[in-house]
Amino acid sequence: MGTPVSPDPTPDGIPATTTVTAAAAAATTVTAPAAAPGPVAGPAAERPPTGHDGRYLGRRRLYLRRFWRNRTAVAGVAILLLLVLFSAFGQLLTPYHFSDTDFSALTQAPGTEHLFGTNQGGNDVYASAAHGLQRSLVIAVSVSVLTVAVSAVVGAGAAYLGGRTEKATLALIHFLLIVPSFLVLALVSHKLAGDWRVLVLVLTVFGWMSTARVVWSVSTSLRERDYVLAAEFMGVHPLRIVLRHIVPNLGSLLIVNLTLGVVSTVLSESALSFLGFGVQTPDVSLGTMLADGAGTITSAPWLFAFPAALTVLLTVSMTFVGDGLRDALDPTSTTGAAGGRR
Amino acid sequence: MTLAPARPTGPENPGPGPERPGPENPGPGSGPGPARPAPVLSVRDLRVSFPSEQGPVQAVRGVDFDLLPGRTLGIVGESGSGKSATALALMGLLPPAAHLEGRILLGGRDLAAMDDTRLARIRGKDIGMVFQDPMSALTPVLSVGRLLSQALRVHQDLSRKDAWEQAVQLLDLVGIPDPRERAKAFPHEFSGGMRQRVVIALAIANKPSVLVADEPTTALDVTVQAQILEVLRLAQRESGAALVLITHDLGVVAGHADDVAVMYAGRIVEHAGVDELFARPTMPYTARLLAAVPTAGSGVQRPLLPIAGEPPSPVALPAGCAFAPRCAVARDVCRTTEPDLTAPAGRPGRVACHRAQEIADGTLDPAGPAGSAVALTPDRAAARRTPGEVVLRVEDLVKTFPVTRGALLKRRTGTLHAVNGVGFEVRAGETLALVGESGSGKTTTLREVLRLRAPEGGRIEVAGTDVATLRSAAQVRELRSEVQIVLQDPTDALDPRLTVFDLLAEPLRAAGADRTAVRSRIPRLLDLVGLDRAVGDRFPAALSGGQRQRVGIARALAREPRLLVLDEPLSALDVSVQAEIVNLLVRLKRELALAYLVVAHDLAVVRYFSDRIAVMYLGHIVESGATEEIFARPRHPYTRALLSAVPLPDPQRERRRERIVLRGEQPSAARLPAGCVFVDRCPLHREADESVRTRCRTERPSTVGAPDGSDHRYACHAL
Repeated sequence: MGTPVSPDPTPDGIPATTTVTAAAAAATTVTAPAAAPGPVAGPAAERPPTGHDGRYLGRRRLYLRRFWRNRTAVAGVAILLLLVLFSAFGQLLTPYHFSDTDFSALTQAPGTEHLFGTNQGGNDVYASAAHGLQRSLVIAVSVSVLTVAVSAVVGAGAAYLGGRTEKATLALIHFLLIVPSFLVLALVSHKLAGDWRVLVLVLTVFGWMSTARVVWSVSTSLRERDYVLAAEFMGVHPLRIVLRHIVPNLGSLLIVNLTLGVVSTVLSESALSFLGFGVQTPDVSLGTMLADGAGTITSAPWLFAFPAALTVLLTVSMTFVGDGLRDALDPTSTTGAAGGRR
Repeated sequence: MTLAPARPTGPENPGPGPERPGPENPGPGSGPGPARPAPVLSVRDLRVSFPSEQGPVQAVRGVDFDLLPGRTLGIVGESGSGKSATALALMGLLPPAAHLEGRILLGGRDLAAMDDTRLARIRGKDIGMVFQDPMSALTPVLSVGRLLSQALRVHQDLSRKDAWEQAVQLLDLVGIPDPRERAKAFPHEFSGGMRQRVVIALAIANKPSVLVADEPTTALDVTVQAQILEVLRLAQRESGAALVLITHDLGVVAGHADDVAVMYAGRIVEHAGVDELFARPTMPYTARLLAAVPTAGSGVQRPLLPIAGEPPSPVALPAGCAFAPRCAVARDVCRTTEPDLTAPAGRPGRVACHRAQEIADGTLDPAGPAGSAVALTPDRAAARRTPGEVVLRVEDLVKTFPVTRGALLKRRTGTLHAVNGVGFEVRAGETLALVGESGSGKTTTLREVLRLRAPEGGRIEVAGTDVATLRSAAQVRELRSEVQIVLQDPTDALDPRLTVFDLLAEPLRAAGADRTAVRSRIPRLLDLVGLDRAVGDRFPAALSGGQRQRVGIARALAREPRLLVLDEPLSALDVSVQAEIVNLLVRLKRELALAYLVVAHDLAVVRYFSDRIAVMYLGHIVESGATEEIFARPRHPYTRALLSAVPLPDPQRERRRERIVLRGEQPSAARLPAGCVFVDRCPLHREADESVRTRCRTERPSTVGAPDGSDHRYACHAL
């Protein structure tokens, strides 16, 4: 257990020197009768204070601990970390730059000279994969996180606030869902084509609606829950209610969307690149590499195999992390509770 | 019409004559005695387990009983005791993952060994079931006549027309007015009580020899419950079926069962005739349960004795007797070997207890030594001596809801008068209970108080401040700390994703408390409600029902309110846990000089911790006064009917007492009668002379005080 249990013998356990605020001072007066139970020996007497020092781990640390108990989740984190390291420093381990073309080795199979082989243009696959992974990681992860965040706040907020806000938000969502996003992309990003930051923005702007719609429909049932009502009667701010009581209870839905979002972004990014709006040559991403490699899968399988393996690893690690997060954040799940809850 | 038992081997309707039920000690070889009719249903060593991540959940662990024709066996137990799993097993309706062992013999056939196809031929024909929730038990897209005639045609060779005729007759039997017309109506067009009547009609349609009713009245109001129990009894008499009545309500069992089986942790721990069981409970659990259940009956008020601890988890049952950890008279042997269900000498029933013989001989008190002095004795007199200042004053409160029609363009077609001219006061250190059936406006009243906004009509004054004068959000927040709420279902009222610490910190943070204040306050709050401090790092899912409700109370107390609003604080809890929470609430009220505004439908519980009662009907307070006064001398006909409908956990009194069974159900508040709101169901109105009747019809009665000058007030023309 992370917290040292202080050997404080006093039943109250709180040092008398606690900063006396208004609430604390009032607390003292309230607790006084409880400390000396009358003839009615309530259950308080049956369960004497355990010498607990009143220090609690807090929700975040509990969640973290539950997460770390999950082995697959830790494995997912490890794989993801290795992928990040590879994308950041992998290029330092090879003399080639991903845009260098080696005309003496076109479409060469993996060997000592080019570790992962080369493509038709003589680019080193290893260097390309390292760079492409970096691009894809940044694009896919940020798009996925942004999409989920936006849809969660918009969907849950609309459901909670109700009334006109809800109607207007839903109208906007439905409008955006029927707008042909690729067409808009073509108009908007003509000049900016090739800049990955624009790509992230565009993919987010046109990607959040369907998740938001689902989040909204699930949240409409959550907003009727008693704990939301209780929070209202306690005077909790509406934004806090949405962020603390509604969004966390959508946890598993959001996390599934997050992991699936990474995969689908890698794919849609390659589709966009194909249309000329995504990552442009000489820049590479996993998506463009996959698209190129798919054509030569029989003649030069390594062109497909390496980026595909990286994509699989990325997906698998995200799934593991996502599952771990979902179990850790769901207190009714037993996976994270191995060894017992405190 | 008649629905006489058509079976040639029909039961000979055992009246309440000299014949005692006398449940025997069943063994594989022991046949029924020659003097007794053969049991229609024999259950032998029934075991049900469900797989779960923590290992198999043993829901039922070896249940044995015999059901004689025409008799009623009441199975009582708290949640998780395995009573519903037993019912589902009898019907063959267990989920496919469940593992079933043992024998269920119905007329010589073993239901437990049958596959679903063969079971389907028996279900609904030889064994009928009444479910808890009548809405989900009826297919919404079929008219009830279709539902009934379908049920008939599945098992009998009938023409459409004949089946329809029989369906109409069945609806008539269960007391549905105008059955020929109503047979064409759909389930949603019926009220809850009427739907349950339809479910009963379905269950008896094919004159089954066994009826299984699983909590048949739990979803219903108390006056409707009384009607439904009557219908069930009538249906049983007409069809001659034996009834297995599964309930958590000891009062229902006392009034309607011939034999009672008490279940605990998946086993029958005591099985005896109803009079015997209630008069001389032998198993310590039964004795403690009877001591823990509140009773609305008149006479001497006895203290509520909570059973310490909680029922064991069905995945981690203790070795030995499952009740031993909570038992006051447990010995070492109780903790190592589980006792069998045997008949102690000199007693007719069967008991699973190592010390049953001592208890049966009268040498041991099953409730344990006087350690039960932890009892709660309501110090109502003390509370009355010191009437504190008025914490809440409600005057002439009005709340209406628009009734709209149409999905796209909403038209206002009427007004629902949820609360109409309600007024009351709550003083510090006092508990006011608003009682009434669902739809009487009690919860709306409570929500209006908690909203802290100017009401639609009337005045709400909290701690001396008229809420209509609050202008800014800051002022509202200020006043919020004076009023807090404890909600009905602690499972739903606590956000499952937050730890107990965060749950308790939330109201403090909302009030602007800093970290240090929050950290120092929370252990004290946990102490206050009798929870272990280590609970702070747990999630609500890891707590038991009683612990969760304590967290709910601690949460409400975090900001030191002067008024605590309790919305059905006990109805989601088991009987043995209820008593603990009642005691806690009474202790807190005394220590913190709180004022409670309680909304409850369970009058028995209300009696134990309220000082005053206001009875609501259709948004009006029809009678109010001191609790004991109301219970002893109810004046308004509705109050009298309500009190007489509450089942008493005492078979002698429950069966003898005179009952005022109200006709019909509470009408919709969208069409209030011009005169007295109770006029349609009022028994006094029917007997009153013409002038009074006219007044009842046309003029709403004003609230008058009782002639003795107390604060007992009521609104009735006929008194």
